[in-house]
Amino acid sequence: MTGFSRHFRHALAAAALLATAGCDRGILNPVGPVGSAEKMILINSTAIMLAIIIPTILATIGIAWWFRAGNARAKYRPEFEYSGAVELVIWSIPALTVILLGGIAWIGSHDLDPAKPLKSSVPPVRVDVVSLDWKWLFIYPDQGIATVNQLVVPAGAPVSFRLTSGTVWNIFFVPQMGTMIYTMPRMATRLNLQADKPGVYEGESAHFSGDGFPGMRFAVHAVPAQQFAAWAAAAHSGPALDAASFEQLQKPSSYVKPFTYGSADPRLFDYILAGRTLPPVSPKTTPPAQHVSPQPPAGHNDVR
Amino acid sequence: MFGRLTWNSVPWNQPIPLITSLVVLAAIVAVLVWITINKWWPYLWNEWITSTDHKRIGVMYIVLALVMLVRGFADALMMRAQQTIAVGASQGYLPPEHYDQIFSAHGTIMIFFMAMPFIIGLINFVVPLQLGVRDVAFPTMNNVSFWLTASGALLVNLSLFIGEFARTGWLAFPPLSEKQFSPGVGVDYYLVALQIAGVGTVLTAVNFVTTILKIRAPGMSYMRMPIFTWTALAASLLILAAFPVLTATYAELMLDRYLGFHFFTNDGGGNSMLYMNLIWVWGHPEVYILALPAFGIYSEIAATFSGKPLFGYRSMVFATLGICIISFMVWLHHFFTMGAGADVNAVFGIASMIIAVPTGVKIFNWMFTMYGGRVRFTTPMYYLIGFMITFVLGGLTGVLLAIPPVDFIVHNSLFLVAHFHNVIIGAVVFGVMAGYTYWFPKAFGFTLDERLGKIIFWCWFIGFYLAWFPEYALGFMGATRRLQHIADPSWQPYLDVAMVGAVVILAGIVLTVWQLIYSIRTRDRRLDLTGDPWDGRTLEWLTLSPPPHFNFAVLPDVHGEEAYWTRKQTALREERLIEEPRFEPIEMPVNTPTGVICAFFASLCGFAVIWYIWWLAILGLIGAFAVLVWYAWRDEHEHIIPAEEVARLERERRRIRSELLGDWKPVT
Repeated sequence: MTGFSRHFRHALAAAALLATAGCDRGILNPVGPVGSAEKMILINSTAIMLAIIIPTILATIGIAWWFRAGNARAKYRPEFEYSGAVELVIWSIPALTVILLGGIAWIGSHDLDPAKPLKSSVPPVRVDVVSLDWKWLFIYPDQGIATVNQLVVPAGAPVSFRLTSGTVWNIFFVPQMGTMIYTMPRMATRLNLQADKPGVYEGESAHFSGDGFPGMRFAVHAVPAQQFAAWAAAAHSGPALDAASFEQLQKPSSYVKPFTYGSADPRLFDYILAGRTLPPVSPKTTPPAQHVSPQPPAGHNDVR
Repeated sequence: MFGRLTWNSVPWNQPIPLITSLVVLAAIVAVLVWITINKWWPYLWNEWITSTDHKRIGVMYIVLALVMLVRGFADALMMRAQQTIAVGASQGYLPPEHYDQIFSAHGTIMIFFMAMPFIIGLINFVVPLQLGVRDVAFPTMNNVSFWLTASGALLVNLSLFIGEFARTGWLAFPPLSEKQFSPGVGVDYYLVALQIAGVGTVLTAVNFVTTILKIRAPGMSYMRMPIFTWTALAASLLILAAFPVLTATYAELMLDRYLGFHFFTNDGGGNSMLYMNLIWVWGHPEVYILALPAFGIYSEIAATFSGKPLFGYRSMVFATLGICIISFMVWLHHFFTMGAGADVNAVFGIASMIIAVPTGVKIFNWMFTMYGGRVRFTTPMYYLIGFMITFVLGGLTGVLLAIPPVDFIVHNSLFLVAHFHNVIIGAVVFGVMAGYTYWFPKAFGFTLDERLGKIIFWCWFIGFYLAWFPEYALGFMGATRRLQHIADPSWQPYLDVAMVGAVVILAGIVLTVWQLIYSIRTRDRRLDLTGDPWDGRTLEWLTLSPPPHFNFAVLPDVHGEEAYWTRKQTALREERLIEEPRFEPIEMPVNTPTGVICAFFASLCGFAVIWYIWWLAILGLIGAFAVLVWYAWRDEHEHIIPAEEVARLERERRRIRSELLGDWKPVT
C-alpha cells in the first residue's frame, strides 16, 4: 500500500468519524427498548411524510419554472381558478397522511406511555429522582443509598423512576435511553426505562432551570446485574443522606462531581414531594423497604 | 423615593451592556439632534406621531419592527457566538447571568416587538385599502394601539441600560419566574412591558374585527374580500380570544410577585402546571396570529405574479377559518413530556396533526395558482417559492413533534428550536419581507431595488438552512436548548456551521438597510406613477401610490371576487374609464396626540411599577387615564377635505390611468 493511499484512508476515516461524532451518543443510537421504539416511529413517520413532501417541493419548483412568463410553450389558463377534482385530491392527500400518522401517534402514545411498566422477566429497580439547583439526586429506596449526578443501573433490567423537583422545573433526559420527563416541585411523575447493554450514557436536564443549568449533566452507568449488586453493597460505606446533609446538598451549586451517599432516609422523596423538611431522625433506625413493587403507590400529588 | 432604583442599577461594571447602552444612547441622541437641526419635528409630529391615518400608523409599526429586528438579531448573534466559543473547556465570553438574559430578550423581542408589529403594520396599511374604504373603524384608538406597543418595546429595551432583563426564557415559566427564584427586576420588566404592549394588541384586534365586519366598500361581501383581509380577520379574532388569556396569566404572576399570592408558587397551594397550560392556550394561537396573515400575503403574491386569480379561494377561506378554530385545541402538545396520560397526549397529538391538513391544502392551492399562470420572478415571488420549500420541511418536523413518542425524545431540544425557527423564519419572516417588498411602492410611490431584494432573499434563504439544519442534527444528538456552555466537543462543527448561517443572515439584514437607503436615493429610476406597479388584482392598486389621505375619492363599487382586476380589464377592453363620479367633500378624522401622551404616561407607570416607585406609578396611571378622558371631551372630530380638492386629486389619477389605456405594461 502506498503512503498516499494510507494517508487518504486515514483522512477518510477521520472525516467519517467527524461526521458521525456525537451521533453515536444521541437519540439515533438507542440502547434500550423505549429509545429503540421511539427511534423507529421517528424514522417511519419521517419516511411517510418525505414521500409526500419531496414530490411537493419538486412540483413547486417545476410548476413555477415551467409557467414562467417567458415560456411560450406553457399554456396560459387565467380562468383555471377552481376544480372540484383537484380540490378533492388536495384535501385528501394531507388528510390521508394525517389519518395514517394519527394512528401511529395513538398506538405509540399508549405503547410508550412513560408511566407504563416495561415488560420484563426481571423485577425493576426503583429509583427516586430529585432535581435540585443544579444537580440530580438519585435515591435507591430498595438499596437505601443515594447518588448525586451519577445513576448506576443494572443492564437488561427495567428501571422504574419516580421523579420530582426540590426547586424549579427540570427535565430528566438520557437521550440514548429514550423518553424524557418533567420533574416538577410538589408533583411526582413516573418513567420506565431500560438499558439493554452495559455502558456509560450521558444524561442531562432538558428544561432551563436557571444560571447553573448547563452544569446539570450526569452519567448513567449501566452495569451487569452482579456488578450492580456489588456496587450497591459497597456504596454503604459512604456518608449518610439525612436532614443535615440534604440541607447542605440543596444549596445552589453546579457542575457537581458525582458522589454517593451510603445511606438515604427512605422518606426523603415523599418529604420533598410534600414540600416539607425532613425531621432529624437517623436513617439507620428505619430499615430500607425489602418489598420490591413495580408500581410505587401513587401519592396525592401524582400528576396522574 | 425611588423604590428599588439606585445608582447601582446601571450595569457600571459590566462592559458589554454598558458599552452597548452608550452606543445606542449616542445613536438616539444623534438622530434627535439631526431631526432638530433639520427642523423636522413639526413634520414628524403632525404627519406621523399624531397621525390617525391607518397607512401612516402601518408604516410606523413596520419601522418599529425593523428596528426591533436589528435588536433581536444582535441577541441572536451573541448567542450563536457564545455557543461556538463555549465548548468543552472554554466558558465563552458571556457568563450565565448575561447569556440567560440574552436568550430571553431574543425570544420576547422577536415575537412581541418584531413579528407582531410587522404583521400588524402590514394589516394596518393594507386592509382598509383592500376593503375599498377610507380608514379603520376607530382611527384614534389605532394610534393609541401603536404607541402602547412602542411603549412596551421601550421598556424591554430600557432593561439593557437600567437593571436587567428576565433570565427565565421568553415565556417566563414559574416557579423560576417567581420572586423566590428571580428576585430581580428582570421578570418585572418582562411582565409590565408585555402587559402594556398587550393592551395595544387587543385594541388593534378590536379595531380590525370591527372594520372588516362593518366597514366595507359597496358590494364587498364576505366572499369577495381579498384573502389577506380574510387572514387579517382570522388573526384579529385569534388575538381577541387569546390575548386576554395572556393578560390574565401575567396578571396572576404579577399578583404572585407583587402581593405574595400563590397562583404558581411552590408553596401555599400554587400550581406551576396551571401557568404552563394558560401560557400555551395563548401561545399556540399566537403562532397562527403570525402565520395566517403571512399566508394571506403569499396568497396575494401568488395571484398577482402568476397573473391568475387565487386557486380555490373558497378552500383558502375555509382552511384559514379551520386553522383559526383548531389552533385553540392543541396547546397541550407543548408539554407532552409532563406525564399526562396516553389518551390525553394522543388526542392532542392528533388534533395538532389535523392543522397540517388545511395548511397542506394551502400549499397545494398556491401551487395550482402558479399552474397555468404566467409567473413573474420578482422578489416577492422568490420569497413565496422559498417559503413553500422551507415551510413543508418545517411542517414535517412539526408533525413529528406532534407525535407524542417522538416528542418524548426531541422535546425542548435544538430540534424543536430548529423547527419553530423553520416555520417562523420560513413562513413569517419570509412573508413579511415579501409583503414589505410588495406593498412598499404603494406606501412610498417607488419600488425597492429588485437586484438587492433578490440578494437579500438568498441571504435569508441560505442563511436559514446553514443556521438551522445543523441544529436539527444537534437535536438528534441530544442537545437541549438554552445552553450557555456546550459540554460535548464533537458538536463544534455543527455549531460553527450555524454561526456561518447567522452571519449570512446578518448580511441580509445589513443589505435590507442598504436597500432602503439605496432605493430612496435612486427612487427617480423606479417611480411608480401608475399606482399599480405589479399588475395587481385587489383594490389597493386602484388608487395612487402613495394613496391620498382619503384613499378613494369615491368608494369603489365591487363586482366579483377580484374587484380591481375586473374593473381594470373592463377599462382596458372598452378603452375608457368608468364615468367620472360626482365629487363630494370627505370627512376625515383629525390627528391627535392622545396616543403618544397616553403611552408616555403608561411608560412612566410601567417603569415605576417595575422599580416599586409607587407615587410615580399612580401619577402615570392617572395621567394615562386623564388623557383619554380629555380626548373624550374633544370638540373637533373630523376635518373636511373640500370636494374641489378631492376632484383635483382624482382627476389627476384618472388622467394617469387614461394615458395607460392604450398600452398597459406592468413593471416586471
